[in-house]
Amino acid sequence: MSIQLGVFFQGVNFSTVWSHPDSGSQTEFESFRRLIETAERGLFTAFFLGEGLRLREHLGALHALDVAGRPDAFTQLAALAAITRDIGLVATQNTTYNDPVDLAHRLQSLDLLSGGRAAWNVVTTDNAWTGENFRRGGYLDHSDRYSHAADVIAIARRVWDSRDPAGIAVDRQAPQWGAAPAPFQYDTGYYSVDASGSLPRSPQEHPVLFQAGDSGEGRDFAARHAEVIFSAHNTFEAARDFAHDIRARTVAAGRPADDLKIFPGQEFIIADTLAEVDDKVRWVRENQVTPATALAFVEQLWGTSLDGHDPDGDLPSFDPVQAETGETRGAGFRAAKALETATAWRALAETKKLSLRELVIEIGTRRGFAGTADSIADELIPFSEQHVVDGFNVSPWLVPTGLDDIVNKLVPAMQERGIYWTEYPGETLRENLGLRAPLTRRGGAGVQTPTAAAPEPADAHG
Amino acid sequence: MGERTALGVLFRVLEMSTSPFAVIVDIDGAGSHPAAWRHADAEPGELLSAAWVSANVSAAERAGVTAVTFSDHPLPPRDVDGPTARLDAVLQASFTAPLTSALGLIPVVHGLYTEPFHLATQTATVDTASLGRAGVLIEGDEDPRIAARHGREPLPARLVAEELTDVVEAIRRLWDTWEGDAVIRDVSTGRFFDPAKVHYADFEGHRFSVRGPAILPRSPQGQLPVFSAHSGIGADVVLVDAPLDASLGAVREARAAHPADTRVILELETALDRAGQTGAERVAALDEHAVWAGSGRARYVGNAEGLARILVSLTDVVDGVRIRPAVLGHDLDELARAVLPRLRDVGVFRSPLVGSTLRESLGLGATVNRFAEVSR
Repeated sequence: MSIQLGVFFQGVNFSTVWSHPDSGSQTEFESFRRLIETAERGLFTAFFLGEGLRLREHLGALHALDVAGRPDAFTQLAALAAITRDIGLVATQNTTYNDPVDLAHRLQSLDLLSGGRAAWNVVTTDNAWTGENFRRGGYLDHSDRYSHAADVIAIARRVWDSRDPAGIAVDRQAPQWGAAPAPFQYDTGYYSVDASGSLPRSPQEHPVLFQAGDSGEGRDFAARHAEVIFSAHNTFEAARDFAHDIRARTVAAGRPADDLKIFPGQEFIIADTLAEVDDKVRWVRENQVTPATALAFVEQLWGTSLDGHDPDGDLPSFDPVQAETGETRGAGFRAAKALETATAWRALAETKKLSLRELVIEIGTRRGFAGTADSIADELIPFSEQHVVDGFNVSPWLVPTGLDDIVNKLVPAMQERGIYWTEYPGETLRENLGLRAPLTRRGGAGVQTPTAAAPEPADAHG
Repeated sequence: MGERTALGVLFRVLEMSTSPFAVIVDIDGAGSHPAAWRHADAEPGELLSAAWVSANVSAAERAGVTAVTFSDHPLPPRDVDGPTARLDAVLQASFTAPLTSALGLIPVVHGLYTEPFHLATQTATVDTASLGRAGVLIEGDEDPRIAARHGREPLPARLVAEELTDVVEAIRRLWDTWEGDAVIRDVSTGRFFDPAKVHYADFEGHRFSVRGPAILPRSPQGQLPVFSAHSGIGADVVLVDAPLDASLGAVREARAAHPADTRVILELETALDRAGQTGAERVAALDEHAVWAGSGRARYVGNAEGLARILVSLTDVVDGVRIRPAVLGHDLDELARAVLPRLRDVGVFRSPLVGSTLRESLGLGATVNRFAEVSR
């Protein structure tokens, strides 16, 4: 079966190389136009945008080393909807600092403007530091973030299900255009809303829901509510294990196993010949992890400035000055016992004879595919045959030309091997993803739990 | 000919002022008449489609108007003859950004219960996508049902102006947090941006605070033109209601109620003669379904020449008009065909140029970044 491709316009990270002459603006519209038009030419399923709620900080100051700056996701995707026809438009939106009814209405507007191509990547950032930019501040208990997110999704579905399409006039002589839907009430425990949806549903009924949880709780949340799950598990074995686990959780949630599509993040480094692959990988990694970035990465763990330290030398000889990581705020680093991690890093550096910067490249960059278009396409065949992924979400390391090699070289090589489609199969994002109707719209109220139907796709293929 | 000469003198006087006359058209469903959908060039169900939005905005750009506003309200209209839903205004503005090249795009946003941080990013995103043609029209309605929609405490009416003032200031500070040359891409230091040129907004309002900085680097205009019907909240342009009379006395009075350095735009409903029907006949036909209630707002019903004459005399009194066409496509057609060419002929109106910003089209001067001034 076809492996699908999505593209993540990252915006904020060190995996985007900004020092190369081909690196364009990260925020000007032309960069977005160039990237999404290339993606659509390559029959990509979806175009993803992240969400920025607070500019990242490092050791108490703005973190200036990585690309920074993002447009508002829904707003930018509306502009991109006007210049595209088939590609899905996925906005990351947080459930804590967006108002549920407002979020749902804007997303439904995007869904209508794009003819049924909108999706929402549900994230649950809840820290008070982010809350300093918002009216409610840091109001949410961290332990409630998923239950609150479930409430927000429930409210969104009420908004989307508000309008009875049969109530809209079919001709200009009707008694009226159509009555406003009745309001509904919903109490999240933190606040209650009293509102109604107003818009009709798009051709795909509801926007598609994406999620990226990786903890057990996050995976269960996705299994209950989402229709596509991102993951970091992009090697074959990791992807296979993840697919097993996710499909089991999806069935346990009362849904068919293939109700939740799996899209690991992925990076591709494509060279013209096999002999050039290693050089190109090294070049990309060294541009992603500059000397300053390598030091900043280690500083996060050490909790102190390493100004003057040689990035091409060893890790600091002194121990981290904090018990828990002083994370680069907003970077999503997991808190961990600093000393424990430092010991592990030192061991790794010693075993592999790595400098500080080489170590950061080793542990801090993605294990993507590197090779020629043909060698990578060959590597992808078992992913397709054994259906361990539904697609990959590509993070280009160069903006806006970072998809050129993938679309011009890898896509044709995959098509030759029968593992990539040659045209879009449907007209909406939901159709292209091969998804069923939204959970609340499968003939009857509430979540339908099909039992006899729904073949188990995992491992049965190939 | 005599009229033309007199107008020529008027034109030369206007040339000396810095404020060009703005003609703005409101995009709202099928038009401002509550039964407009019954005469619209779209099926009822198509009024909430991309095709309808782009058709009207493209028509406005072809007509050469200064800008369009996209009306919006947090509560869907109830108990009305016409549509009971609207597409989000910011998204409409953004959707039409790549489809237009000279027209100003001004979405309505509601300031009382929404997040100023989001509003600042959303509107700056439209400005970035349109290469500097975005504005924002800030409304504030203390209706407790809006508060309930957002899950917030309702704000008493007496605090509306205070809250909107805070919201405008917070948004303006966020827009200034990135200096125009903050992105430096300096390979020698590994710095993508210069942290000395990115500032915290540190806004403390009466009921909320925003730390900043903005998440998006400075947009082409930096400071978008801010419109509002509320006076004294820090908007660049105030929209006023006043009935039309022969001497324009009420309009002059409305103008005089605002400081001289505030731009004043008159709200103006229009129903023009068209295709063998007079404006009055068109309104009467629609009024059979739902009455177009007057509300002290200027309304012109008649032929294109008469409207052109009124607009020419208004150039002496206000900085522009926001036209609310009775039926969007039809009145916009007449405006393009017979009204705007006449204004251009006599030299009182110029259409926006491709590549110009909305600030430039409105004659608003350059702005100084409040944070850059402090840091230098």
